[in-house]
Amino acid sequence: MKRILNNLRQPRTAALIRLVFAAAILLAVMIAGMACREQALATDFTRKNLAPCAEYLFGTDWMGRDMLTRTLSGLSLSIRIGVVTAAVSAVVALAAGVSAALLGRWADSALTWLIDLFMGIPHILLLVLISCACGRGFWGVTIGIVAIHWMSLARLIRGEVMQLRQSGYVQVARKLGASPAAIAVRHILPGVLPQFFTGLVLLFPHAILHEASVTFLGFGLTSEQPAVGVILSESMQYLATGRWWLALLPGICLVAVVLLFELAGKSLAALWSVNAEQEAA
Amino acid sequence: MAKRMARMAVRQLIRMLLLIFCASLAAFVLLSLSPIDPLQQNVGQAAMGSMSAEQIERLQAYWGVDTPSLERFAAWVSGMLQGDFGVSLLYRQPVLTVIGAKLANSLWLLVLAWVISGLLGFGLGVLAGATQGRWPDKLIRGWSMIIASTPAFWVALLLLMIFGVWLKLLPVGLSVPIGLEATAVTLADRLRHAILPALALSITGTASVCLHTRQKTIQALESDFVLFARARGESGKGILLRHVLRHVLLPAITLQFASLGELLGSSVLVEEVFSYPGLGQATVTAGLGGDLPLLLGITVICSAMVFGANFAADCLYGLVDPRIRKGAGRT
Amino acid sequence: MEENRQKAPLLQVQGLTVSFSRYAKGFRRVTLPGVRDLSFSLDEGELVAVVGASGSGKSLLAHRLLGILPHNAQVGGQVLYRDQPLDDRLAGKLRGHEIVLVPQNVSYLDPLMQVGEQVKGEKGDAQKASAALRRYGLGSEVEKMYPFQLSGGMARRVLIATAVQHTPKLVVADEPTPGLHPEAARRVLGHFKELAQAGAGVLLITHDLEAALEVADRVIVLYAGAAVEEAPAASFAAKELLQHPYTQALWQASPNHGFVPLPGTQPVGQLPAGCAFAPRCPKAGPECHEGAVAYEKRGAGYVRCLHPEGEQL
Repeated sequence: MKRILNNLRQPRTAALIRLVFAAAILLAVMIAGMACREQALATDFTRKNLAPCAEYLFGTDWMGRDMLTRTLSGLSLSIRIGVVTAAVSAVVALAAGVSAALLGRWADSALTWLIDLFMGIPHILLLVLISCACGRGFWGVTIGIVAIHWMSLARLIRGEVMQLRQSGYVQVARKLGASPAAIAVRHILPGVLPQFFTGLVLLFPHAILHEASVTFLGFGLTSEQPAVGVILSESMQYLATGRWWLALLPGICLVAVVLLFELAGKSLAALWSVNAEQEAA
Repeated sequence: MAKRMARMAVRQLIRMLLLIFCASLAAFVLLSLSPIDPLQQNVGQAAMGSMSAEQIERLQAYWGVDTPSLERFAAWVSGMLQGDFGVSLLYRQPVLTVIGAKLANSLWLLVLAWVISGLLGFGLGVLAGATQGRWPDKLIRGWSMIIASTPAFWVALLLLMIFGVWLKLLPVGLSVPIGLEATAVTLADRLRHAILPALALSITGTASVCLHTRQKTIQALESDFVLFARARGESGKGILLRHVLRHVLLPAITLQFASLGELLGSSVLVEEVFSYPGLGQATVTAGLGGDLPLLLGITVICSAMVFGANFAADCLYGLVDPRIRKGAGRT
Repeated sequence: MEENRQKAPLLQVQGLTVSFSRYAKGFRRVTLPGVRDLSFSLDEGELVAVVGASGSGKSLLAHRLLGILPHNAQVGGQVLYRDQPLDDRLAGKLRGHEIVLVPQNVSYLDPLMQVGEQVKGEKGDAQKASAALRRYGLGSEVEKMYPFQLSGGMARRVLIATAVQHTPKLVVADEPTPGLHPEAARRVLGHFKELAQAGAGVLLITHDLEAALEVADRVIVLYAGAAVEEAPAASFAAKELLQHPYTQALWQASPNHGFVPLPGTQPVGQLPAGCAFAPRCPKAGPECHEGAVAYEKRGAGYVRCLHPEGEQL
């Protein structure tokens, strides 16, 4: 018993537990939300505007829709879009970072320039522009979120690759006549994977926040979708009449989901750094 | 020395102008791709009727399908350089006039929020760093984490619910009371209506500067020079004021300048919640209404502001940090 | 004579042990080596050198004397200042004027503060500060400089100037010479000798035995953090006057005495049982590998060895 407790106090184990805990909840929310999508859309005018009670924990809205299932399926949608956009964004970052570091000065300054350019337009504005370019809707948000998140990770990966390039075994491989592509795949990529995955997970929360924001403004998912941004945007009209539950509870859940992703990312980063240390030792 | 600094500044300035140009180009290309045709969208509506033939002609010159996009861009840029950003479709006024009026409203919010979030974030960051690992630090770190994970518009919604609906302390929206003549609006009215949006923006803005300042404070406190200052009998307060602040202030100010883009983005969300008639709300209206000239104009102005702020931060660093200012003096 | 004997020494260090462990990046606990079982005393007007290998954590000794160790440091043994326990409270009261530190290098100066302001300190006096700088040949133009503009030698003199404004009683100099030309190093050490001659007790912590011998009255030699020998500087005139095999090896390794290097390295972290030097010692017998060896007065100094030089005597 004592040993188990001691083990739990080990930073490594604690990080692993936090990671599994966060991932499990997020996965559960995602699946539950997909499962209750039908209920989330069902209207029932016999139960309009109910405040939170035992039967409807999150209350119901003006069309008698159950806010708990609506929130769940909204979060589920957010998580799925967040995961997909963050993943694509991270891959873009990986490709941009690696090629900037390996293809020479010209590519490098092109990337720096591009990053500066993307950093220079306020992100919300860029999201609005891209959404307009795509005629709004799902593809607009998705492309937009991918477009505004790759920069900092690309910078990070570029730095890491630059460092790896100086390392002994890459130098040797180059002397032996390995092609740049082979070096990239065999020697550089494995080295940046920890950075990549940690960066990827830490992109999730931002992607989710931005999706909710753009949808809230009306440039993202359409109002037929039970998205969190849609729920909160609709709740605005009913705030003045005192229906606080429409905005408060879904909002808190959104913040909780973002915090859980943050927790997962930090735990993962901690785990990677432990592994790196043990390999070095 | 001064010459070197000046040369650096000029290079930065040119780079900045090029970036603004590229940002405009990007925005132009994006909006040209848009399937939302401004003429189609507006011709069918009342907008068309109130437009002069001349305006329509000019619109067609900009957005006409028969003109190649490169030519359109050239026309737009040359107009822009002469201060003519085109005519807003929704407001039926020159874009620059609309932006000027909206920006004047937003400036209140932006400046207030920029200053408050900077001071608050800085103060909390130093406090957290100085009490690293103890409860004030834990509290501030937790708070910052939560703020960073909360969308700006929801903070605005919460404030609206608490102060506007429950406590009825502050007005729910708009920058002036409804139904008042513009001349009858007092400064106090304006302030009252700006408090909640400014508060929402300030709160969302604190997280990053706070966490960054905390990090820098800890770094400074763990430095050799602080250890030596302690060895010389300097007090904790003296060390914080004489040494740590000096090292933390400049990075914080730089970060605050660099986060202007984020502030502008949040202001779009917050103004939308409070129906505050500023630049942010105009952005949403323009985007939803297909008012492409206005949206383009806003993009150019906003990125010019962001790049300008970054440029200012660079210059500030050069002027204040002796290691850069006197860098050339090193033998 | 009688009076002299009654007067307590300025500083007495008895069985001092300092080390500390911290979490390195990630979660691994690393124990930084420090000093172990160190005893010596220091009188006013004396200059005593503590010599040990670079990177062995000798700075912890200096930090202990000024009461600026990190909270997670493990400390054992006793330090007396004029017969009073020199705890953190007393050190806190005395540091900066009665007990001063002269740190290693320019990184101990605030890079964003002008030298004049920095030498003055929080509660100092600007005139005293410029006088202190002038004493070391640094004029008013230096007061306006920032640390990065100082040359190595100038930085060292600035650091000494921070210490001398208040006529200190105890000066702790932590590695004041690395990176300097031999000429500049000699000059810097000369400044410490002056301070001792003016009546202060000076503790010189260094890795450079050669340089220390030029100014020190007594030398304490550390091996793996523990004192192995204390000898008057005069004993370093001949190998036979030194008692510990390690000190003798150091003597032989110096350029003036044949440059004979001692094979092997000092242990870091896990120490061997028994005498830490035994694995490299030419005289070591099986008994040297078992149990701790005591640090005892012998001849003109102290030694920690089962087979010191001339043990038959």
